[in-house]
Amino acid sequence: MSENVTLKIDNREVSVPKGTTVLEAARGMGIDIPTLCYMNLEDLCVKNAPASCRLCVVEVKGRRNLAPSCATRCENGMEVRTNTMRVLNARRTVMELILSDHPSDCLVCAKSGNCELQAAAIKLGIREIPFQGARSEYRVDLSPSIRRDMSKCVYCRRCETMCNEVQSVGALGAANRGFGAIVSPAFDLDLKDTECTFCGQCVAVCPVGALTEIDHTERLLRDLAAPGKTVIVQTAPAVRAALGEEFGLEPGTSVTGKMVAALRRLGFAKVFDTDFAADLTIMEEGTELLGRLNAFLGGDKEVKLPIITSCCPGWVNFYEKQFPDLLEYPSTARSPQQMFGSVAKTYWAEKMGIRREDLVVVSVMPCVAKKFECEREEFKTDGDPDVNYSITTRELAALIKRANIDFPQLPDEDFDAPLGESTGAGVIFGASGGVMEAALRTAYELQTGRTLDSVDFKQVRGMEGLKEATIEVNGVEVRVAVAHTLGNARRLMEALRAGECPYHAIEVMACPGGCIGGGGQPLHHGDSRRLKARAEALYAEDSGKRLRKSHENPYIIALYEEFMGKPMSEKAHHLLHTCYFNRGKEFVEQ
Amino acid sequence: MTQIKLAKCKVDQLVSICDKHGNQPGELINILHEAQEAFGYLPREVQEIIARQLNIPVSKVYGVVTFYSFFSMEPKGEHPISVCMGTACYVRGAEKVLDEFKRVLNINVGETTPDGKFSLSSLRCVGACGLAPVVLIGEKVYGRVVPGDVEKILQEFQ
Repeated sequence: MSENVTLKIDNREVSVPKGTTVLEAARGMGIDIPTLCYMNLEDLCVKNAPASCRLCVVEVKGRRNLAPSCATRCENGMEVRTNTMRVLNARRTVMELILSDHPSDCLVCAKSGNCELQAAAIKLGIREIPFQGARSEYRVDLSPSIRRDMSKCVYCRRCETMCNEVQSVGALGAANRGFGAIVSPAFDLDLKDTECTFCGQCVAVCPVGALTEIDHTERLLRDLAAPGKTVIVQTAPAVRAALGEEFGLEPGTSVTGKMVAALRRLGFAKVFDTDFAADLTIMEEGTELLGRLNAFLGGDKEVKLPIITSCCPGWVNFYEKQFPDLLEYPSTARSPQQMFGSVAKTYWAEKMGIRREDLVVVSVMPCVAKKFECEREEFKTDGDPDVNYSITTRELAALIKRANIDFPQLPDEDFDAPLGESTGAGVIFGASGGVMEAALRTAYELQTGRTLDSVDFKQVRGMEGLKEATIEVNGVEVRVAVAHTLGNARRLMEALRAGECPYHAIEVMACPGGCIGGGGQPLHHGDSRRLKARAEALYAEDSGKRLRKSHENPYIIALYEEFMGKPMSEKAHHLLHTCYFNRGKEFVEQ
Repeated sequence: MTQIKLAKCKVDQLVSICDKHGNQPGELINILHEAQEAFGYLPREVQEIIARQLNIPVSKVYGVVTFYSFFSMEPKGEHPISVCMGTACYVRGAEKVLDEFKRVLNINVGETTPDGKFSLSSLRCVGACGLAPVVLIGEKVYGRVVPGDVEKILQEFQ
């Protein structure tokens, strides 16, 4: 048992495990000390507490100066005061100084209403900014996914922690010193020219408007109003588990039906589901997995195992940039978003008699890397992207609000057929382990010809960074691993590079908890309880579905019968598969 | 794909510096010191190679290079000028001297003239406070410098 220490905070005695910080102890007692730089990702064992913002200062009896509560450990007999005049005045001065180097353009800032600096200023009762001094001015860096405006940065360095400790990408780092200090890519490069994967975890934790997504809402409104255009939408699995949060609903509230109703009211001609394409992904990727596995069991020494999932665009960017020597391992299956676009602009458009140039395919994604994925050249036909563009869950929420839709009051509506029909296997794609579980459900039954007693593979669920499971298929032990966050993925890839990777199949999702914790979701602010609630919503939706295996989706069966032939057919290769590019650094010796 | 181009001999030299320090990320500062001594400055290519050898993000290397004023990403001039901004020199008008160098050379601190002749930096105390304000050009020390001396001093190097 861990040792406890007893102290007094605001005259109330409290006993906490040794090592607890004053901030954590106070929060546990319902004392809400304001913070800006502090972030605790418990499930990822990553904490950002550089004690740099100084908003969380408290008075400790016997200590001369004020103590940053986020970095001060509780000690026996300590007497802490969190709200004396001295503390409140110090906090206000700190805030006024921060604000003196911040563009006060809240009314037109993308983060307004969701900004932790704004919230803290309100909490501290700031009514004027008495200090005037130098202002940090930086150029705005625009990439296909992320907008970086460092003049709004408060130097909390949370983005740096996500990029380095959680994701092991290292695109962002602290540079310069003193007033010129900034979190920036090396050599002040544009993000697009760095190792950045556009996972968007920096965006997910930025307390202010310094890091935001590239906003396509205006473009979408214009397209919806354009005469002669058919605008259809697909929604990723994780969106339904988080969208409600933007309207004050409890985290973990599944809003699938209301989301469909809202999209219809926004004016989309058809409301389809990326889950349909997730089922399709399983057909292709599952077949590819079995193909490689059977070749391996048949004695083929050249076959590349483990097969690695390729649904996550942040992950694809990561391995193209960091592991270009291992490009033959990931599945060639396109992501569900791109499979959907490809099917919509061929199969469905032909069926409906709509010309490609009149069809606009929009996706709603929990992700900012999807914006980049849409723009990839290999996903275009004669310059026209299969998915024209993607908006985030947050952008969709903003659109719903702008369109005067009272979201919580909406009735539940169903997706349109045929590209809106999905099984439970498609739904769970949004949580870490979901793609693997969905693949196992299908691969097992296709390989053995037997029906699974239980379709739940609970070993691959949950927030653990690296999960593994062994499943017996026809007497063969199939070893699988599931990783979420790119830092965990890196460990698997380095093992693979070293020839020490004992798995047959690996699922990787770039974001914590999978897409439910995506960079385009309502901001998780590092709160993993929120992520767990979202995952539970998806698993509940899965278990409530009549069909829970991708290969049983009647519309998928019809798609193969009418159009695609069979999984991995030539047509499927052309429309549903892709290839990867070495986008790493090339060192040229002259 | 980003190309990092550097002469083979320079790459070899960097690799051997990193090897000497066991390619340990903890040795980064020592490695940067030796690299700067070898090349005079730390351009992007040099930082990229060091990052590769230590298996750390180049943003980390860049962070250290830009944090410490000793490290420079600009090639030093043929005659590096350092103006002491230590307390004694400062109170005796070093800032005005520095401003005069900036004006005459038309460069800022940390920059090099386009002809590569002079580079300008400021430093903290060279231990010759009795001569304040002090200016170093290469190895040569100038004491009790006033702004009016600047053009004359520079002419010595034309």
